[in-house]
Amino acid sequence: MIRLERRPTSSKAWGAASPLLAVALTMVAGGLMFAALGKDPFLAIRTIFWDPIFGEFAWYFRGQLLVKAAPLILIAVGLALGFRAGIWNIGAEGQYIIGAICGAAAGLVFYPAETRLIFPMMVVFGALGGFLWAMIPALLKVRFGTNEILVSLMLVYVAENILASAAVSWLRNPDAVGFPGSRNLSQWPAAANLELIEGTGAHWGVMAAVVAVIFAQVMLTRHLIGFQIRLTGAAPRAARFAGVRPARLVVLCLGVAGALAGMAGLFEVAGPAGQISIDFASGYGFTAIIVAFLGRLNPLGIVAAGLLMALTYVGGDNAAGNLGIPGAAISAFQGMLLFFLLAVDVLTNFRVRIGARKVAPFSGGPG
Amino acid sequence: MKRRTILAGAIALGLATPAFAEDPLKVGFVYVGPIGDGGWTFQHDQGRLAVEEAFGDKVETIYQESVPEGADAERVITQMALQGADIIFTTSFGYMDATNAVAAKFPDVKFEHATGFKREHPNVSTYDARFYEGRAVIGHIAGNMTETNKIGYIASFPIPEVIQGINSAYLHAAKVNPDVEMVVSWVYTWFDPAKEADAARAMIDQGVDVIMQHTDSTAPQAAAAEANENGGRVFTFGQASDMSAFAPVPRVASIIDDWSPYYIKRVGELMDGTYEQTASWGGMPEGEVVIGEITDAVPAEVKAEALAMVEAITAGEYHPFTGPINKQDGTAWLADGEVADDGALATMDFYVEGISGDIPN
Repeated sequence: MIRLERRPTSSKAWGAASPLLAVALTMVAGGLMFAALGKDPFLAIRTIFWDPIFGEFAWYFRGQLLVKAAPLILIAVGLALGFRAGIWNIGAEGQYIIGAICGAAAGLVFYPAETRLIFPMMVVFGALGGFLWAMIPALLKVRFGTNEILVSLMLVYVAENILASAAVSWLRNPDAVGFPGSRNLSQWPAAANLELIEGTGAHWGVMAAVVAVIFAQVMLTRHLIGFQIRLTGAAPRAARFAGVRPARLVVLCLGVAGALAGMAGLFEVAGPAGQISIDFASGYGFTAIIVAFLGRLNPLGIVAAGLLMALTYVGGDNAAGNLGIPGAAISAFQGMLLFFLLAVDVLTNFRVRIGARKVAPFSGGPG
Repeated sequence: MKRRTILAGAIALGLATPAFAEDPLKVGFVYVGPIGDGGWTFQHDQGRLAVEEAFGDKVETIYQESVPEGADAERVITQMALQGADIIFTTSFGYMDATNAVAAKFPDVKFEHATGFKREHPNVSTYDARFYEGRAVIGHIAGNMTETNKIGYIASFPIPEVIQGINSAYLHAAKVNPDVEMVVSWVYTWFDPAKEADAARAMIDQGVDVIMQHTDSTAPQAAAAEANENGGRVFTFGQASDMSAFAPVPRVASIIDDWSPYYIKRVGELMDGTYEQTASWGGMPEGEVVIGEITDAVPAEVKAEALAMVEAITAGEYHPFTGPINKQDGTAWLADGEVADDGALATMDFYVEGISGDIPN
């Protein structure tokens, strides 16, 4: 008989090893799935994990990994702060969308002005948009005790509808004879989120992600706020005795996450996506939740997790295009990664015991 | 430098091509939905299969489904070009800027963008189909079939292509039934079964008994079938694909997008060296817009009239937008016998006289 037994303290070794084990298990299970689809599993795994980094066209795909990973990392770092403190912002997707809309709208007001000041202003408005959108669940929670999981999640659907209306009416490109979608920001030099070094994929969003990771790491390890966040997550009652004001922490964590998600949206809309369109929301806000947990809610771990996730997307698309693997199989493959991570995570907190439950030997007692 | 490095890659590929002259022509397709959508993407994939059948081992086709319109599209199209595709069909409006951006970096690769209007580089062509020709035929059938005099139109986005369809369907329904009323519902999606079903049910509740759709799922058909099981009398038309699973009722006819003739023509031209940049807008004469089987639920006489209209349009004898036609506000648009020109159709942003309601803006 196999039993799970709770560990007295969670295992450090398993905590570090489980993401690696999860990736390995995903490769095995994914390989079996590809084989069942009649594709060469080794070729498929190689196409997904190896070719984008070391293959023939790596000079292009390496940059694309950064483009894909930057918004994930930027959002996930913000989310991780809240998750550590037990504040569950599930609506980063909405904050990402609203940030993009606010930033794009702020820029388009000045179209077709030609000054590079417009771009930094858009970044500020992007962050502000995401921040304000996150303040809705934050203030409702602080004031009325509503559940931030539900409120932030529901606001994603509100944001999606605002996005649709922006794309088809008030932000629509007036030169596009009724076709939905805003003007292309990436083709307007004043607003374009350009690559800092051409050919590397490293646009301003990548820089912002790097800065955010460093800040978060320093804050969590060296700053009082970081200590309060960790303490609240580990022992909410103890935190209160230690003088942590939970309301302030809720506003701070949701606000930072919202601002970062909003900035990520702005960098995306002014760069790789180029325009506000109905399909602008590509799920980064939800994927970032996976990235945050895959990275153990640790800023440096999130960098690795974001790059890995980006690899499964970029490599997955390559496999779909080159090997004719159906899109659904690629999605299933990505799902496996999270599934195995959660499954293996059990080992961090539990120990597997094989054999019947042994009754502790009775030694002495009142006879 | 990005552009230069990619260019270098493209040139390397270009130089490599003559050495492998025996290689098949590589034809790429980028799809917005899954092939199994049973509508838009399915029909484009049928076109891809037709290319394979027509040219055998002289072509190799590659495709990628469910590519989001946005940042990912540019990467996927670039990837296809890097893999040595000679011609790439990007089959959704939202790929317009991405297609043009990639085309700038791969001057030796041909790009064909469906339903767009930007051709910023000599290697970008656009193509679309005159769906309004099909709308005229099903509008005629709808005007005859309705008893409540309410025809529903599930509209996707307020763009010229959709507005042409609404106007064309209304004009031909009103011609046989002047009392007909058009109930337009904007769903802001090309493919969302849940939303489409909701729109269809709401229409049926309002007394609509003929539903047309400019969205790609079969959900409205299923909603109508469900209403009919409960004693309703609702008819529908297949969209993009035949949707014959819902025949003979509620689906009484369909507008099929057949991209095969265009794809075969363009790939053939590229092979024999006659390929040129174009902005193609084919319709029934080119075989790109096809009316699916008209079922026996439609009276024989109406069916004969519908088929006669198909014949007249195919022969170029009849244009669905032939005057006199007034705009919604009563001002004259086309004089008696005047035919709408393509420029006016491609930018159409108004309803014709008789349709109530506003086009959302």
